[in-house]
Amino acid sequence: MAQTLYDKLWHSHVVHEEADGTVLLYIDRHLVHEVTSPQAFEGLKLAGRKPWRISSIVATADHNTPTDHWDEGIKDPISRQQVETLDANIREVGALAYFPFKDQRQGIVHVVGPENGATLPGMTVVCGDSHTSTHGAFACLAHGIGTSEVEHVMATQTLTAKKSKAMLVRVDGQLGRGVTAKDIALAVIGRIGTAGGTGYAIEFGGAAIRALSMEGRMTLCNMAIEAGARAGMVAVDQITIDYLQGRPFSPKGEVWDQAVAHWRTLVSDEGASFDAVVELDAGSIAPQVTWGTSPEMVVTVADRVPDPANETDPTRKSGMERALAYMGLQANTPISEIPVDKVFIGSCTNSRIEDLRAAAAVARGHKKAANVKAVLVVPGSGLVKAQAEAEGLDKVFVEAGFEWREPGCSMCLAMNADRLEPGERCASTSNRNFEGRQGQGGRTHLVSPEMAAAAAIAGHFVDVRTFA
Amino acid sequence: MQAFTTLQGLVCPLDRANVDTDAIIPKQFLKSIKRSGFGPNLFDEWRYLDHGEPGMDNSKRAVNPDFVLNHPRYQGAQVLLARENFGCGSSREHAPWALDDHGFRVVIAPSFADIFFNNCYKNGLLPIVLPTEVVDQLFQETAASEGYRLTVDLAAQTVTTPSGASFGFDVTAHRKHCLLNGLDEIGLTLNHADKIKAFEAQRRVQQPWLFS
Ligand code: SF4
Repeated sequence: MAQTLYDKLWHSHVVHEEADGTVLLYIDRHLVHEVTSPQAFEGLKLAGRKPWRISSIVATADHNTPTDHWDEGIKDPISRQQVETLDANIREVGALAYFPFKDQRQGIVHVVGPENGATLPGMTVVCGDSHTSTHGAFACLAHGIGTSEVEHVMATQTLTAKKSKAMLVRVDGQLGRGVTAKDIALAVIGRIGTAGGTGYAIEFGGAAIRALSMEGRMTLCNMAIEAGARAGMVAVDQITIDYLQGRPFSPKGEVWDQAVAHWRTLVSDEGASFDAVVELDAGSIAPQVTWGTSPEMVVTVADRVPDPANETDPTRKSGMERALAYMGLQANTPISEIPVDKVFIGSCTNSRIEDLRAAAAVARGHKKAANVKAVLVVPGSGLVKAQAEAEGLDKVFVEAGFEWREPGCSMCLAMNADRLEPGERCASTSNRNFEGRQGQGGRTHLVSPEMAAAAAIAGHFVDVRTFA
Repeated sequence: MQAFTTLQGLVCPLDRANVDTDAIIPKQFLKSIKRSGFGPNLFDEWRYLDHGEPGMDNSKRAVNPDFVLNHPRYQGAQVLLARENFGCGSSREHAPWALDDHGFRVVIAPSFADIFFNNCYKNGLLPIVLPTEVVDQLFQETAASEGYRLTVDLAAQTVTTPSGASFGFDVTAHRKHCLLNGLDEIGLTLNHADKIKAFEAQRRVQQPWLFS
């Protein structure tokens, strides 16, 4: 029978199945960071258990690490304790690779895995972090888990899980100039809602997805979780294989050929059936800007802030009213008239080299607007940072008045010192615009790197397609 | 893990859709390396008027009297009644830890975010999905009568109102078994250690690149 990519990934990892369909799923790659692992390591120790397969673990510190003054270490004592706890745990337990604070290859866990070839097609990849869906770009079954599950995976190399339904999001046609994978992601969420993918694993397919680079596919799969999906994934093609060749943990020599032959089978079979199909035309997607406190509250840059008066569902209506009040916005305001106080270019959604190149291309030769207090550019990893500097992108940013920082999660969730003050409005390339996400009282508008850079220069949102 | 069998609990209504994990427990509290003590910071940004940081004496902070968790009539509630897509956002298990630490044992909503839903079961917290109309009705009844309690019976998979109306809910046999008996899931899984080893050995032969 014709199988979906998800079917193939699922079935090839089932170790044991219970009568009610609960299975033990074998886990190939376990990514670990400092925030969701300490209680798991402690639990393991208290129960006197040993990790099952140390070589499955790749760890890094990212959420709490500062993005400037690295010479001064981590000033916040509680953050420092968490990072040091990870250091100690990995020292004791071991790992295939550990990229601690200040390491050349340290960075956001979802940037670090793929760029080191630690994320390979056909793997199950888990991490105590919801944006683990990012790794699905490599035809992996990748999803976030809680801390109890982190401990479960460490102790047993498996997870108990139930199969999700399969959804195909097919994006055909061609993206217009200035329109990116981020805009596809936001347009999909705008269409199906933040709960639209609940209970599903989403495969992204169609001509517009095939045309995306691996960076773009990662951006898209990263946001699958914001659509409520358990996982997002893209089938293997030549772009996947080319990306992986020569990465530190990618197979080499004869094994590489063997691996590639297997990877090429990681596609949905002709005629495989999905439980749901959503279709979009890439050509009709315009640059997206969120206006509210949920990623589904999104419109195009040419639109106006929606009016709750037009909403009939009472829960949705009150949600819109609450969002507008929190965001300090009036209904019907043109998006392009909303001024921004800060800009954040970074996060596991948009901090890869391609994102930085795109932002730099917009910023080149311009200066940030006077009303914009700060523009933070935070590369996703030390390797991205080095690459960007080799290309001179850091200079472009600095000349434009942007701040060039050290890698980490930074203002995506504001666990370190990078955050919004109450009432500040931010154009952000991250993935969540929840209340308080970037700092208590902070107001987040999600956009692509191009749109963020353009907003920094104009001082308000502006259509990057017509921005010169 | 603590077992869950039956509960007759006071209901606290949280009438908002898409309540995310950042709202349930703001990130500054994720810096803790412990599993307990998150209860006083549950819904911190809605519950207090000032900005909360770890290590503060929460008993000295100004509470927001309008937030439902602070209403005298809902003190001691064990059942949280919520709207759709509850628990969306991050995978942080600190969210169910905070709910549990505050005293909640059950969350009822028309739908939950997937990872949060999973995390609840690992902590003896029972997430129950009921149809939107039923949840609407429960919101109305909770508002109408002070001291409104629901009876939750996991073995029978029912939620029963004070007037005797009863609603069934779904739970997988595996989860039900673990929760009813308070079982350590890792121990259960390790009963299959031989199968895991055999699977792994075969995989090592077939896809050696996964093991380097
Ligand atoms: S960049 Fe943001 S979303 Fe990504 S892992 Fe870090 S905190 Fe989470």
